[in-house]
Amino acid sequence: MATETFVVAYENKEGDDGLLDYAIARAKKDDAALLLVHILEWSPYKFLTPQELEERHARRKEELARAKEVILDPALAKVSAAGLEGDCRIRYGSVVELVAEIATEEKASMIFVGRSGTQSMTARIFGSVPLGLSQIAPVPTVIVP
Amino acid sequence: MKPNQFALRAALPALGAALAALPAQAQETAHSVDEKINEVVGSVTGPFVNFIFAPFPGTSFPWIVLWLVVAATIFTLYFAFVQFRAFPHSIALVSGKYSDPNDAGEVSHFQALATALSGTVGLGNIAGVAVAVSIGGPGATFWMILAGLMGMASKFTECTLGVKYRNEYPDGTVSGGPMYYLKKGMAERGFGGLGSVLAIIFSIFCVLGSLGGGNMFQANQAHAQLANIIGDYPGWITGVIFAAIVFAVIIGGLKSIAQVTEKVVPFMGVLYVGTALIILLMNFDKIGWAFGQIFDGAFTGLGVAGGLVGALIQGFKRAAFSNEAGVGSAAIAHSAVRTKEPITEGFVSLLEPFIDTVVICTMTALVIVITGVLQIDPETGNYIWNADLGRVETLGDVSGVALTSAAFGSALSWFPYVLALAVILFAFSTMISWSYYGLKAWTYMFGEGKFQELSFKILFCIFVIIGAAMNLGPVIDFSDAAIFAMALINIIGLYFLMPIVKAELNSYQTRLKSGEIKRYA
Repeated sequence: MATETFVVAYENKEGDDGLLDYAIARAKKDDAALLLVHILEWSPYKFLTPQELEERHARRKEELARAKEVILDPALAKVSAAGLEGDCRIRYGSVVELVAEIATEEKASMIFVGRSGTQSMTARIFGSVPLGLSQIAPVPTVIVP
Repeated sequence: MKPNQFALRAALPALGAALAALPAQAQETAHSVDEKINEVVGSVTGPFVNFIFAPFPGTSFPWIVLWLVVAATIFTLYFAFVQFRAFPHSIALVSGKYSDPNDAGEVSHFQALATALSGTVGLGNIAGVAVAVSIGGPGATFWMILAGLMGMASKFTECTLGVKYRNEYPDGTVSGGPMYYLKKGMAERGFGGLGSVLAIIFSIFCVLGSLGGGNMFQANQAHAQLANIIGDYPGWITGVIFAAIVFAVIIGGLKSIAQVTEKVVPFMGVLYVGTALIILLMNFDKIGWAFGQIFDGAFTGLGVAGGLVGALIQGFKRAAFSNEAGVGSAAIAHSAVRTKEPITEGFVSLLEPFIDTVVICTMTALVIVITGVLQIDPETGNYIWNADLGRVETLGDVSGVALTSAAFGSALSWFPYVLALAVILFAFSTMISWSYYGLKAWTYMFGEGKFQELSFKILFCIFVIIGAAMNLGPVIDFSDAAIFAMALINIIGLYFLMPIVKAELNSYQTRLKSGEIKRYA
């Protein structure tokens, strides 16, 4: 039984393999379990056409299944292969807010997040996930390059 | 910026130049095509229009207007003024205070409201109001507001039923609307046969409404705006271009155009209301006078032919056409919300007539009255009635969108250009919404399937061209008639089914009080 839980904000973008490898290495050292959190960006205020309204529930089911099968299951397999306890959460909403919220709910002791890897103007104006977490994370947060 | 937008921007000036270069003879030929279409379609739709707007024998009061008013009044009383009692709760629902965070990713109440609003906010608010006040005088505004407030109860009833009796398919998609509650709900009440018949008749009218008010009227007014900016040219040209774009979206699946439009439309709505507020503030001293005109006109007519009855008919007609309360269209859009409580969607939907009619239409009416584009006889203080045109004399002798445009333009000279763009975008988004409503009714009658869907969508595109080519008279008459015909059937069903809504309402209110219905934020 692991003594603590580390949350990994797992997006499966380029470079997240490095993030997962690093989190696994740290979890092994600290005898921690890994909780992989995958957030599907979603705003309840986003505009949808009538056709999109009709199909939304079906799309949501597809998106959740895809996130589980394509993104989280392979990552969890990697965690198990390393001999660690692993679990996952898939949620809809704002990445930063939900990662922080889940970390609090699960009493995690640390958050791991990949560097956003962008220098775009959008990221500078509106911020990025690591930047957002650095401001509101309830526990120490490691930004993995 | 996406390539489509580049292409659209590049195409507009080119279109203007091409139209300007059209030889006079070609334009004349094109105009005669317009007239031909007018003649043919006008003669086909005439009897239908005459039936829907037939007055009570010996009066000038169309029976269909009374039908809507009586229904809205009955629902208001039957649900004990639910539109006022539940207003704060409706706001709480829309702002997500009762939404389970675990349901994130499903259609939110806000999204259903916004989508339904995009189908209703549009030309009715701009052109329809101008028509109402130029024919019925400023007093029409009073009746329009009253109709909007009472219509909230009709909308509440139909949208609750829309969610309660929708069809949910194994793949997770849903189909809902009056045709479903008429069939399933009426069967539950023991009137299955009648319900099935009403559902089919409603579907026929819904298809006609989507081709009329949801399509031809929009195309027509969009053309009027374009012609206003780049000079007169044949309507069928606008029709063909619009039809091509609508085709690309609804048949070609080119979602980017729809998405761009749907993002710009709410912005345009806010800009429209914001500008109206600025004009009202600029004329702050006249606001009291304008309300005076609205109240006086509501009961005396202020010299407008038809007096009280004329103002009332116009007010109720335009309100119904604008907010579609009792028509049943919104029930189709609202039925997609994933909620365990159908009544919550009823609460949310009652905000629709409020935003559409009580807020936006009233803004338009106030701007028209305050800016003085309706001509007043300085001696009598009454409005100058032009019996030939059947409306009040206006500045520049204009009506419809052009009158609203003139009113805004008299205060802010640049606004007509923004308004023209807004009208075109509103027209487009309304067409997209109504193409969906029509399609749902069509597939209800002919069954779901690729061929059935494609045939309706092609028909819809053809009607875009017809609508843009016809002059305002036959188009607006047919638009009104088709929409009101939907209300005729829908309201019969609502009378049968209102006890079911009442039971839902009572149960919900009890559980809300006991705390069984949880507030999350």
